[in-house]
Order: sequence, then structure tokens, then C-alpha cells
Amino acid sequence: MLELKDISKTFYPGTINEKKALIHLNVSLADGDFATIVGSNGAGKSTMFNAITGAFYVDEGEIILDGEDITFKQEHRRSLDIGHLFQDPQLGTAPHMTIEENMSLAYLRASNKTHGFFGRSRKKEKAMFQEQLALLNMGLEDRMKQPVGLLSGGQRQALTLLMATMVTPKLLLLDEHTAALDPATAEKVLELTKDIVEKRKITCLMVTHNMNQALELGNRTLMMDSGHVVFDVSGKERAVLTVEDLLGKFKENAGKQLDTDRILLS
Amino acid sequence: MSSIFTISILQSAIELGFIYSLVVLALFISFSILNIADLSTDGCFTLGCAVAASLTLAGHPILALFGALGAGVLSGFVTSFLQTRLGVESILAGIIVNTGLYTINIAVMGFSSNLNLFKCDSIFTMARDFIQENMGEGAFDALVTGGWYRLILVALLVVVIGILLSLFLGTRLGLSIRATGDNAAMVKASSINPKHTITVGLCVSGAMTALSGGILAQYQKSCDINLGTGMVTIALASLIIGETLIGKGTMFRRILGVIFGSCLYRFIVAVAIRINVPAECLKLVSALIVAVAIAFPYLKKNAVFTKQKYIQMAKRRKGGVS
Repeated sequence: MLELKDISKTFYPGTINEKKALIHLNVSLADGDFATIVGSNGAGKSTMFNAITGAFYVDEGEIILDGEDITFKQEHRRSLDIGHLFQDPQLGTAPHMTIEENMSLAYLRASNKTHGFFGRSRKKEKAMFQEQLALLNMGLEDRMKQPVGLLSGGQRQALTLLMATMVTPKLLLLDEHTAALDPATAEKVLELTKDIVEKRKITCLMVTHNMNQALELGNRTLMMDSGHVVFDVSGKERAVLTVEDLLGKFKENAGKQLDTDRILLS
Repeated sequence: MSSIFTISILQSAIELGFIYSLVVLALFISFSILNIADLSTDGCFTLGCAVAASLTLAGHPILALFGALGAGVLSGFVTSFLQTRLGVESILAGIIVNTGLYTINIAVMGFSSNLNLFKCDSIFTMARDFIQENMGEGAFDALVTGGWYRLILVALLVVVIGILLSLFLGTRLGLSIRATGDNAAMVKASSINPKHTITVGLCVSGAMTALSGGILAQYQKSCDINLGTGMVTIALASLIIGETLIGKGTMFRRILGVIFGSCLYRFIVAVAIRINVPAECLKLVSALIVAVAIAFPYLKKNAVFTKQKYIQMAKRRKGGVS
């Protein structure tokens, strides 16, 4: 589904701030893969996501999504196929628009082949939005006409997740999307993520700092350090892996300890 | 009140309020929705006025309004082109276009600084003739002699445009435009091209500004090169009055608020004229109204806070901290 072939990106080349963020990175995801990504700060996890979504163009290499070379495709064109959730719940929704308007926008944009510029969401679709909101168990289905700015961070993140997957994307990128939420809400949003991704078989990449989560969720774990993947595990080998093993593997492959300032071991 | 105020003054204030409310709606799109300070309003308004006046002089009163509309779209397009494709700051882009439009406006008016439309047909004379021919004498007396037909005509126009606008803002394109101004990060991550939405938004905004100018040209039967000066401040004042008093809510309500704000502003100016504020002081009065309208929400918030603080302090004293 997704293939990153030998991509490199250097920020501020030739200056004192030069930062090689991605160095000949190779990642290949099969259809329906749900991979978790762990790595220390500055390992290039978010940079990789931004390279995939097109926030910048890579210096070298190719990005292929579902057989299509998207290396130089514009960001807004790519995002038709890619859902992207950030750590900050504020980033994914428009605060002064109502829940219904936010969902309409996401729905109309994603299904743009059936809705022209002047397409509007109909009653039937609004009922569908309400149904989907009801599945969150957050009481949002009764607040359709309220501006999103009034929702809590967890509610906004759950809504963003719904919006990103309303029309099934080819690829879903989750950049620590539960890290800014309180533990109970984080758990809920995570359950929801698992549910949606599994049910719809969405190919998904998720950055996390929680090592247990990294092993529990999905079918694959990637460890990154200074711009490339140092450890890639899936299948049976992954099933028996413990957090200690994972840390050991990291040390073995990256030649240093995984810095633990933000890493959650339990 | 009735001694200061005659019905005809109220009537003309509301007529003007409706006409200018299109500019306010334009600013509502660029300033409130897109979050862009578009300063080309002054020039764009005069452009609409000039184009409509020229075409009205040539004997095409209805084409004149469409001409103004088209000219406004072009003006908005140039402003947005400077911003989105050439990397000019939004405020600067507006000022550049505004400056350039001065020459263009003079050219449109045949290199004279004002035009006179006293003997021409306009949508107002057409409406009057229509009433005279198709309705009875009673209707003519009721509508034309009292001058109500003008108010009804502009109100109808503005209401139709307001409804169209509120419908438009619920479409895919309209929602995209609103999201562009509301959350830039979200727009980047969803499939919206902000360059495109800003362009469309500013074109719609320009069209309404120029249409307002066009209607005004026919309404006051003249066009002057300095007509648009200060328009952006006035429109901003009306916008803020409307948003403060009617508040935020659904799109339709906000649009109603904007129209109401424009009428209220004209009403305040009419009062100022009525209590014999000299004509040369009117700009100062306008500036004062703008300043008060903008400062009011802030002062209100402060007053609430001060009151709360006072009550809390009084409670504490009463509680007797020993």
C-alpha cells in the first residue's frame, strides 16, 4: 500500500543548523498493515509523516501510495487519500464551526467525486453523522449544532478521528494522537482507533511513546533512530516480544539507549 | 424622539443601511470568515459605482449592476492573486489594489471625477414605472409617493443575496472557505487548497462590495471618485456592531446581524446629522462610532470582571478576616 523508497530529507542544508532528518529511509507497508512506531525525540517519526503527507518534498527517493507515485503530488491532493491526526487536538477541527458543519466538510471533501463545489450534505447524511457520533458514547450526538471549540480535547480528537475515517482513507497517520489527553480519555480514543482501523482494515501508521501500546496495537512495530528504521518486527517474533526485549533490540541496533524522558515503559 | 426624528429620515437611513450592508457582508467574508484584512474595499466600492454609473449612463441599468458585480470579482481576484500566487502580504495586497484602482476608476468614469445620472433610467425608476403601470393608483400612492418602493427594492435585493450567501456557506466550497479562516492547520491536513478557497472568498467579497457601490450610484443618481473613501472603516464598524449586538450563532443569524449592524450604523449617523452636527465633523463622528463599537465588547468584559472582583472583595471584608 505504502512504499517509501530510499527517502532523504535535510533541513537547512549548508548552514550551522543543518539537520539530516531522514537518511535513506525505507519503509514498506502491506495492505491493511497497522504499524506502531517508537523512537527517541528527533528520530524522524513526525518528519516521516510530513514527508508522506507532503508538508515538504523529499530531497531524494520515491513515495508510492497504492501504486501511485506521489513524491511530487501537492499536499492538498494527497490528503484526499491520507488521514492525519496530530498530538494537539486543536489542529484537526475548525473551532468556530459546528460539529455538523465539521463533519459535513470532511464528508463532502472526501467524497468529492459525488459532490461538486456546491454540494451540500442532506438529511440522510446528517443522520449518518449523528449515528457515528452516537458510537463514541460521548453525548456528542445531541450537540450537533454546537461549535467544536466548546468540546474537550478528547472529544475533539475523537471527532477528528471520525472525520479522518468517514470515507475510508488509503492510509491513516496517527502522530501520538492520544498523548495530550488524560489517561481515561486516551484509553477511549485508542479503543475507538483500534475499532475503526480493524473494522475497515485501514493501513495505518501510529507513533507512540508508550512501549506497551507499541507492542499491543497493530501487527507490526518499527523503531526509528536518527532518520532511519533500526528495528522492524512483526508476526510471531513480535507476539512474544516484551518491553525489555524491545529496548534491548534498540540498543543492539542503534548502538545507544533509547532516551527515556518521554518514553512510558509500563 | 418624534420631534428629532421624522419617518423619512428613518426611511432613508434604513435604505442606505441596506445598500451598504452588502459591503459589510463582503467584509464579513474577508475579515470574519477568512480572517484576512482586505483593504481594497474603498477602491472596489468606487469601482462598482463607476462601472455601474457608466453603464447606466449608456442606458443599461440592469446590465450596470451585473457589470459592477463582474468588476468586483476581477478586483477581488487581483487582490487574491497577489496574496496567494505572488506572496504579497494580505494588507499590502489590498493597499496596492486600492491604489491602482483609483486610476482605473477615473478611467472608467471617462477621466472625470464625477458622473451625473439624473436623467437616466435606474432600477429605482424601473420599479416606479412598473408599479405605475401594473398596480392600481392606490398602490402607487402607497408605495411611490411615500418613497417606500426604494426601501422595498433594496431590502428585497439584500435579503435575496443574504439568503444565497448563507446557503453558499453551507456548501462544500463554502464550508472549505470557512475552515480556511478558522483553522489553517486543519486545512493543510485535509484536502483543501487554501489558495483556491482564499481566491474564491475574495472574489465573492469583491463582487458584493462593487455591487453595493453600483446600487448606491443608481440610488443617489451620481458617482464620485471619492465615494469609497473610508468605506472599509465604516463597514468594519457596522460589522462589529452587528456581531456584538446579535452575537454569534448560525450563519443565517450572523448574516442578519451584519445587515442589522449596517442599518443601525446609518441610523446613528442620521441622528448625528439631525442634532446638527456640522457636515465637516461627520468623519470624526464616524471614527468615534467605530472606536466605540470596537472597544465596547472589551469594555463590557472588563466591567463584568471588575464587578465580580468588587463583589468578591466585599464578601471577604464582610467575612471578617481577623
